[in-house]
Amino acid sequence: MRSAIALLLLAAPCWADAGEIWVTNERDDTISVIDIATLAVTRTIPTGERPRGITFSKDFSRVYICASDSDTVQVMDPETGAILHDLPSGEDPEQFVLHPDDRHLYIANEDDAVTTVVDVESRTVVAQINVGIEPEGMAVSPDGKIAITTSETTNMAHWIDTGTHELFANTLVDSRPRHAEFTRGGTELWVSSEIGGTITVFSVADQTEVAKIGFEISGIHPDRVQPVGFRFTPDEKTAFVALGPSNHVAVVNAETYEVEKYILVGRRVWHMAFSPDNSLLFTTNGVSGDVTVIDVAAQEATQTIKVGRFPWGAAMRP
Amino acid sequence: MLRIVAVLGVFWASAASAEVSVAIHYLRQEVEAPPTLSGLDPIPEDDGVRGAELGLADNATTGQFLGHAYTLEVTSVAPGGDILAAARAALAETGLLVLDAPAATLLAIADLPEAEGALIFNAAAEDEALRSEDCRANVLHVAPSLTMRTDALMQFLLQRRWTTLALITGTLPEDLAYAEALRRSAVKFQVEIAVEKTWAFDADMRRNASQEVPLFTQDLPPHDILLVADEWGDFARFVMFNTWEPKLVAGSEGMSPVAWSPVLEQWGAAQLQGRFVDLAGRGMRPRDYAAWAAVRSIGEAVTRTGAADAATLRAFLLSDDFELAGFKGRPLTFRAWNGQLRQPIPIVHPRALVAMAPLEGFLHQRSELDTLGLDQPESACTAFGG
Repeated sequence: MRSAIALLLLAAPCWADAGEIWVTNERDDTISVIDIATLAVTRTIPTGERPRGITFSKDFSRVYICASDSDTVQVMDPETGAILHDLPSGEDPEQFVLHPDDRHLYIANEDDAVTTVVDVESRTVVAQINVGIEPEGMAVSPDGKIAITTSETTNMAHWIDTGTHELFANTLVDSRPRHAEFTRGGTELWVSSEIGGTITVFSVADQTEVAKIGFEISGIHPDRVQPVGFRFTPDEKTAFVALGPSNHVAVVNAETYEVEKYILVGRRVWHMAFSPDNSLLFTTNGVSGDVTVIDVAAQEATQTIKVGRFPWGAAMRP
Repeated sequence: MLRIVAVLGVFWASAASAEVSVAIHYLRQEVEAPPTLSGLDPIPEDDGVRGAELGLADNATTGQFLGHAYTLEVTSVAPGGDILAAARAALAETGLLVLDAPAATLLAIADLPEAEGALIFNAAAEDEALRSEDCRANVLHVAPSLTMRTDALMQFLLQRRWTTLALITGTLPEDLAYAEALRRSAVKFQVEIAVEKTWAFDADMRRNASQEVPLFTQDLPPHDILLVADEWGDFARFVMFNTWEPKLVAGSEGMSPVAWSPVLEQWGAAQLQGRFVDLAGRGMRPRDYAAWAAVRSIGEAVTRTGAADAATLRAFLLSDDFELAGFKGRPLTFRAWNGQLRQPIPIVHPRALVAMAPLEGFLHQRSELDTLGLDQPESACTAFGG
């Protein structure tokens, strides 16, 4: 069955274009590189300890990796897989986001209740901002003026003015916020709460809550439906939300905030990345150690790809 | 399918702007530990207290963004000391008490006139009666009951079909209570305790274990697992690997159902453990976890309500709106009929987590967590309006 699908994909290369998905394996200290055309792992690259967050520079000439237990952000040449240098990241970097200026990384230091801002060119720490306990989710507005850190135990989204590196608002969300993304041209902020089981939608202009999205999967206790990573389609009309140990990804209408569908994926789904043409979505499944491929148009899972132990972050390289 | 809740931002804003001071008192009745055969693993003097301190630090970090300030005062009363006087003094200052004391002391404090309208968090007493006929409206139980723990173990044994058991029980009151809980859980999950023996030796097992335990266990009829009820850690550590037959040991030693253990690392627990070790210089124990959960429950209720009075906090904690992220993989809530904190029970050995109860397949109409311990129909508690 699987090989039949793979053959089908090979026979129709225009459907899934070229490019790669890079997956960090939290308990293997490696990155698995998936070739999108063949949907096979083509390279396994060693990293520092406990790699989690991963993102590419704008021109894709560099890849940044949060090596949490090495207390550093590694900068890698994606062609060779060689580590070029480390960045001073603060302790236990978990997630980060690259500012639209392509120069500043905003890093959540999970063990330190701090957000660290690093200049990737001068390789220096520009600022450290005190936030709540266990900072994790990171986002920057499209205009680059606002950075967001979510803190898992304080249960807040912290709003950082990137000009002054000061907090200008702290908004409560449900328990254990994990991930944040701006949408609608930067006018809306979505924050997922893992234990609360919700996504809170904020109006960016005044930081007020405009909606709360809940999830309900028949046959699965609500306690196990735990939203973590999520991604918007480029038209910002649809959000795909990873629901952790419920082993499902929710398809959410980003205009009405209605959940339209649940797609069964691997066990403990964490984060996701789209293929360059956005036709495929790749989910990291922490417990089952694999990646599920979702056909975005059909909203169906089509294939599973074995990667390393506890895959966590995912990023696309064209 | 769809749940959109429109929320007034104004509410949080008003809660945030108010300056709120929250005073918490941690009151402990020190208990003389009985002598044990081994001098290893003494109980740390700050057991529990450090958990409360970590909870306070967690609350304070959140509070700084909201204008909420928290203080913690700790009173530890020596064995034989006047705990009721200490309780009165504490209750004169605050209505929020975290209590580490045996059941009888807990009831005496809860029934003080000064405790009326207060909110007491039981961080230590595991007695079933406190969740049933002896429940009190002003007491919430953050420590799991004994049968929550033993139910967890029996779920695991049943799932593995290791259903014929032998039980060795010590002679201390805590051993007898634990053995009784094991028996009740065995009946509940239809697991058979085929034989029981009492360990009443007074020899020093560091010299004699290899000679005495094989003989002591030689006449046990066939069994899958050897249970031990030895809650103070006296003899059972010498039973393991010295049995006549090659048998796994579970209960107080070997594979144990506990409220918390330093071996937990999933569900973000690694972060909590790291913060605790930084603070206390040792691993986090079950009583530390209970105290942490008590203080964090208070913090969560203050954060969400903007209030600091016991009545408002109690109402919120018992409502559907309360949930605590307790690093056990699912939200923790209070049972509204007896004030017990619902929580998964880790089944651990000294090096790793074996399983997390409730186990898959044990279902309940309300919450799978209610397959552990007294369920509403079994509880004789009426103080919560049940």
